[in-house]
Amino acid sequence: MNRVLRAAGRLWAVPVVLVVWELVTRAAEDLSFPPPTTIAASMYEMWLTGPAERLWLTEAALENIPASVGRLLAGWLLAGVIGIALGIAMGRLPLLFRFLDPLVQFARAIPPPMLLPFFMALFAIGPRMQINVIVFGIIWPVLINAGEGARLVDRQHLDTARVFGLSRGQRLFQIILPSAMPKIFAGLRVSLSLALILMVISELVGSTDGIGFQLLDAQRSYDLPGVWGTIVVLGVLGYVLNSAFLAAERRVLSWHRAAKQTT
Amino acid sequence: MLEISNLTHTYGSGPSAHNALGGIDLTVAEGELVCIVGPSGCGKSTLLRSIAGLLRPTGGQVVLNGSPVEQTPDNLAVVFQDYSRSLFPWMSVADNVSLPLRRKGMDKKQRKEAALEALEQVGLEGAGAKYPWQLSGGMQQRVSIARALAYRPALLLMDEPFGSVDAQTREELEDLTLRVRGHHNMTIVLITHDIDESVYVGDRVVVLSKAPAGIVGDLRVDLPGPRDQITTREHPDFVHLRAEVGRLVRGMRSQPASASQ
Ligand SMILES: Nc1ncnc2c1ncn2[C@@H]1O[C@H](COP(=O)(O)OP(=O)(O)OP(=O)(O)O)[C@@H](O)[C@H]1O
Ligand SMILES: [Mg+2]
Repeated sequence: MNRVLRAAGRLWAVPVVLVVWELVTRAAEDLSFPPPTTIAASMYEMWLTGPAERLWLTEAALENIPASVGRLLAGWLLAGVIGIALGIAMGRLPLLFRFLDPLVQFARAIPPPMLLPFFMALFAIGPRMQINVIVFGIIWPVLINAGEGARLVDRQHLDTARVFGLSRGQRLFQIILPSAMPKIFAGLRVSLSLALILMVISELVGSTDGIGFQLLDAQRSYDLPGVWGTIVVLGVLGYVLNSAFLAAERRVLSWHRAAKQTT
Repeated sequence: MLEISNLTHTYGSGPSAHNALGGIDLTVAEGELVCIVGPSGCGKSTLLRSIAGLLRPTGGQVVLNGSPVEQTPDNLAVVFQDYSRSLFPWMSVADNVSLPLRRKGMDKKQRKEAALEALEQVGLEGAGAKYPWQLSGGMQQRVSIARALAYRPALLLMDEPFGSVDAQTREELEDLTLRVRGHHNMTIVLITHDIDESVYVGDRVVVLSKAPAGIVGDLRVDLPGPRDQITTREHPDFVHLRAEVGRLVRGMRSQPASASQ
């Protein structure tokens, strides 16, 4: 009950904004800015008028949303795994760092959308190319943060590991990785929001399904409520992903928050 | 068991070089509890880190049980000065204690039992499932002592282990140290800057000079009976030894008619 009240307290601005928006757009009568109720009706039409046995989801909803979310998560997980592994290796091995750091700095300076033509030529249009664009565009925050976290492991922790003769595996998985975890999570969070952006961009240019494709489709047929509806779906998706991520972070890093508060 | 010969260490080089250890010769017999006292910043931690193989001294040798220390030796445990950075905050207390036991060939159950037993020894039964940051400073230092005990080292090094706890906890931990050395036949080297503590806990007190640290005194402590925080500290021999060590630490010459041998 208390939680519901608190959530309501946090979200009070949403209905206020919606009402104001509705009134302003109705008064303005500009076709480019349809009122929220029109957008909602269009969204309902677009996603929720399917048959009952499929939970009323339309063909478009069942095709586009899972396709997009799947690519986004696949790209994010892949970037996470590679970024953490490479970042930690670079953080712990100064030689590797000296060798790879200039390359990393160069590669991350390239704006990821610029890579689209290159990746399109390399992989042809389709999920493989999109996942590659996402991975390449979002790996840097994870990689750099993991490297920094691994480099800055408390010397006393490492001394303790040495004195008590911990094995390489124990040192890596029980000391270095957990020490770097707060930084890694900060990187993963940035990457997640970047992943959403790159997912849409890659679908706008090279895709035959997905939310971005649907956005393009609506725009091409001058269906402005449809464009707005897709944007709203993207916003909701971003919000849900971020909330889920924060919940996971709270669980994994509970020691970190608590340890910080007491010292 | 431990022989240190002509140990020197210089940090850095050139004009900014700092000579921390200026030729230390020290032998510790098996089962002994040696306290090393010295003024702040004289090089006590440097000495301990070279014994533990955490630092490669620029000169001299440390020999432990017949073999020179090059990497961290087996059978050696350290209780570090700064307890808050020595325990791993992402692990429960019991996991912290049992983590090093895997290499001893114990299975999971044995490790857990050994950890709980060590925690009981230091008076922390029931704290195993907690996290280090849920404990007070004194309790955290007990956990790091328990971790060292569970490891059953032949040589235990303690670097100002009670430096940052309150006076009462400090006395408790001193007595705990005296108690556990009776249980396992450990050799202990305890570093401190507290003169009273060195005389109360040690079988022997080694006094270091200001940097570059050298040994200026080596006194045997012969106090009667089991030590007690009140009666031992008012014993005339204790009072005398304390004054003697105090003089040495302050760089005065030792009095000829002393309890030292
Ligand atoms: N990594 C290092 N690089 C350069 N100088 C160092 C380093 N570590 C210690 N020193 C210097 O060596 C001297 C001895 O340091 P050490 O930590 O051994 O002293 P200590 O006796 O343990 O001091 P305290 O009582 O404060 O713990 C100090 O003057 C310190 O500044
Ligand atoms: Mg020190």
